[in-house]
Parts: sequence; C-alpha cells; structure tokens
Amino acid sequence: MKKRKFEEQFFKALMILSTSLIVGSFFLIVGTVVNKGLPALDWDMITRTPDGGFYIGKEGGVLNAIIGSLYIAGGSSLLALLVSMPIVIYINIYLKKSSWLGSITRLSYDVLFGIPSIVYGAFGFTIMIWLGLKASLLGGIITVTLLVIPIMIRTMDEVMRTVPKELIDASLSLGATRLEASKVMLRQVTPGILTAILLSFGRAIGDAASVMFTAGFSDNIPTALGSPAPTLPLAIFFQLGSPIEEVQARAYASALLLTIIVLVISILARILSKRFSKNKI
Amino acid sequence: MTETPHISVQNLDLYYGTNHALKNININIPDKKVTSFIGPSGCGKTTLLKTFNRLHDSSVDVRVEGKVLVDGENIYDPDAEVTHIRKKMGLLSQRPFPLPMSIYDNIAYGPRIHGLRNKEKLNQLVEQQLRDVSLWEEVKDRLHSPAVRLSIGQQQRLCLARGLAVQPEIILGDEPTSALDPKSTHKIEELFLELKEKYTIVLVTHILRQARRVSDFIVFVYDGQIIEFGPTEELLLNPKEELTKDYVRGFLS
Repeated sequence: MKKRKFEEQFFKALMILSTSLIVGSFFLIVGTVVNKGLPALDWDMITRTPDGGFYIGKEGGVLNAIIGSLYIAGGSSLLALLVSMPIVIYINIYLKKSSWLGSITRLSYDVLFGIPSIVYGAFGFTIMIWLGLKASLLGGIITVTLLVIPIMIRTMDEVMRTVPKELIDASLSLGATRLEASKVMLRQVTPGILTAILLSFGRAIGDAASVMFTAGFSDNIPTALGSPAPTLPLAIFFQLGSPIEEVQARAYASALLLTIIVLVISILARILSKRFSKNKI
Repeated sequence: MTETPHISVQNLDLYYGTNHALKNININIPDKKVTSFIGPSGCGKTTLLKTFNRLHDSSVDVRVEGKVLVDGENIYDPDAEVTHIRKKMGLLSQRPFPLPMSIYDNIAYGPRIHGLRNKEKLNQLVEQQLRDVSLWEEVKDRLHSPAVRLSIGQQQRLCLARGLAVQPEIILGDEPTSALDPKSTHKIEELFLELKEKYTIVLVTHILRQARRVSDFIVFVYDGQIIEFGPTEELLLNPKEELTKDYVRGFLS
C-alpha cells in the first residue's frame, strides 16, 4: 500500500513540475520581451517607417514590417485555407475510411509538416528564379502558404476525424448531398477551423527563414504584390545584429509587437470559437 | 399483397469484405404497419435496415447483390438517385444526433435543402412536425436555442420530427430507444403507434417486449438470414421454427 501511495505522490509531483515549467517558460519569455522591449517601444515604432538612419539609431519605426508581416500572414493563411478546406472535406466525407488516396494524402502532409521552413524558402526561391520573379510580397505569400498548408490541413483533419459518422449519416439520410452534409460538418468543427487558422497565422507571421529570400526586405510599406515585403522577424534579425545598443533595444520592441499581434489574434480566435461552439453536439 | 409495397427486398446478399453478412434476403415490408427486426447481436438486423437507404455507401468494403425495391424502384441500380431515395425515409439512430444548429433549424434543414424557402411555410411546417412528436409545448419558447440543450429523450423526438419534415413514406429506427430512459422510451413507442397510420415503420430492436408492444409484424433474423416472418402474436406465441422458439423462449421465460 505504501508503495502505491508513494508512486501516486511521485508522479503527481512530476506532473506539477512539468506543468509549472511550461507556464513558467511562457511568463519568462513574455517577461523578457516586455522588459527589454517596452522601454524602446514608442509611438514612432508603430507609426513610422525606418526613415534613413533608423538602423544606426536615428528616428523611425517598423510600420513597414508590421504591415508587410500582416499582409504575408493574412494572405498566406487565407490562401492556405482555400486550398486545405477542399482537401479535408474530400478525405473525410467523400473518401471511404480505408481509401489509399486518403492514406497517401495524410502521409504527404505529415512529411510536409516536418520540413523545416528554410527548405520551403529555398524551394520558393528556386521556383521564383525559374519563373523570373523577384523577391516580393507575392513570392513571400506563396512560399509561406506552402509552409502553413500542412499545419492547416493537419489541424483541420484531426478535428474532422472526431465528428461522429452518425452526424454525417443523419444529414445524408434527410436526402442531403455529400456537399450539403459537409456544410453541417463544418458547423460542428468551426472552433477547430479557427484554431487551424490561428496556428497557421502564428506560424506565418513568425517565420523568418521562408521569407528571407522570397519576400525580400525594404524600408517602404509594400504597395503592390510585386514590391518587396519587409517582415517583423527579419526586422528583428537585422536590428539584433546591430552593434548599436539603441537599435538592439528596438529589436526587442519589435519582438514585443510581434508577440502582441499573435496574442491579439489568439484572443480573438478564442472569443469567436466560443461563439461558434454553442450549437456543437 | 397485390400493390407494390414501399419496401421489397429480393435476393439480397451483402458482404463486408469476405464476411457474408446478409444471405439471400427476400421480404416485402407491409405498408403502414410497424415491422420489427429482432435477433441476437451481430445477426445482421441493423445491416439489413441500413440497406434500405443505402447508408452502407460510405462504409468500407461493402458489396451488395440483389435488389431492394422502394416504391418499385431498385435503389441499388447504378442510375438510382440516392438523395431522392433517402428523402423517402426518416432515420432514427441508436443515439440521437441533432445537427449542430438550433431546434428550428434542425427541423427546417431537410425542407430547406429540398428547396423550401418560404418563411411562413417553414414556420408552419416546423410547428406541425414538433406537434406531431409532441415536443411543441416543451420547446415553443426556445425554438432558436441550440438543439443540444434538449434532454436525450427530447433530442430523439426532435430527430424523429426532423426526419418527418422531409415528408417520407417510411420511418427506419435502429434501436431508437436504446439510449433513452423508460419514460422517453414510452413516448417514442406511443408515437410509433400513432405514426403508423401514415407511415411504414421498420424498427430494429433487441427488446422483445418492445417489439411486442409496438409492432404488427416481426422478422426474426439469425446469422444473416431471415428465419421467420409473421404477425407479432403469432411469431412470439407460436413460432414455427426451432431457432425462433429458442430465441423467443429465452426472453419470455
């Protein structure tokens, strides 16, 4: 009996330790970014572009990178959603459970999921050279879309698989077509889809390697799909590399901005997801 | 039977992979009566029920041979339009599965996908169907709240109403009371007795008493075959086949 009680206590302690580790890391990271970034975060940072001497410590901000990042993350999340949705509906509702096509699809996105973003960056770069495209907003959006599609599909597929078959059968037996039954299913998994979008957006806005060669960088706000698109991760990268202390502090301020954007998006997604789950069975 | 019955099964065989699950089934389901399929677990009674609206279509590795005629049309004909066939039948499953939407939308869902847009007509229809399953008084003040907030018994009646809203001819019930408490079970059974005036009802049940309470005819299924088919009292009290006798006795004694 004593042994069982000890075992229970021991593993419970381990669980508490791990849990506090993750919560602790969260606060530690956010704390560091806030601590180092907040002093350098001023109104100029978010309302101005790097005018001339920004990188040597003169006035300016990272508005160009904020806008560029939002464009790239928003555009690629939207594109990825458009591509992923038909795929998950097809493999979950149209294909039979044992279908080889379904298995191959799942295998492919699992492999794609594991490919590092720099490889996507290199791949996108090669394609762009081949097509004669310059580093641009369009190039960045397309490359980042490739990067987040597997994340999107995987997350959506996982929630779709939890939908009871009887729910689909229920709408089919009312004479619904498979497409109409899919719409019912989508209502059921709306919170899951929002999570998928959120995860993809978070990944898209935070990735530096995939946009380094494909989106390029500039001090101006991108005005067309063909113009180079600055991004926050790269802005952080450039500023951190500077020997000037003021510029380094601005890197943390930019990191703080990035964190805030992701945080706002997650909170929004949570609120929306609550709204959409009231009808969930 | 001189007219074409709603459901007529002819030389039906069904295989799950290599498993021969239904063997040479031949039966005419009597119109506007309650017919119950009874038999031990895994005998194929639910499988047989599902062949009536082709719900096997999405299952793995199922092969069907023979014919199921619904109003004289072979539903396994490659040209048969499956949505049209399914519209003719309301299905009640073991556990209620309300659609993830409001009570009102659950009922209106079927009519809407079949093209009914008129708001007034929809309102009328929803009220009518809810009254038919005696749910109206309980939900009339919260038609637009989520269907999942209803009790399981109410959900099952909602699912019945939802099926009736597409104006089917047939109601299929796959052990429709197995998740319900006695009171809700009783309500559903009463509904079947009322509804058989207008609909042909086919039930799968493992509760022999229920089969006796609600059905006019009983089909005893064993090992993928129909062993015996007859009027309820006759089959239960004077079974002709030894297998039926053994099965029925196990429950009645």
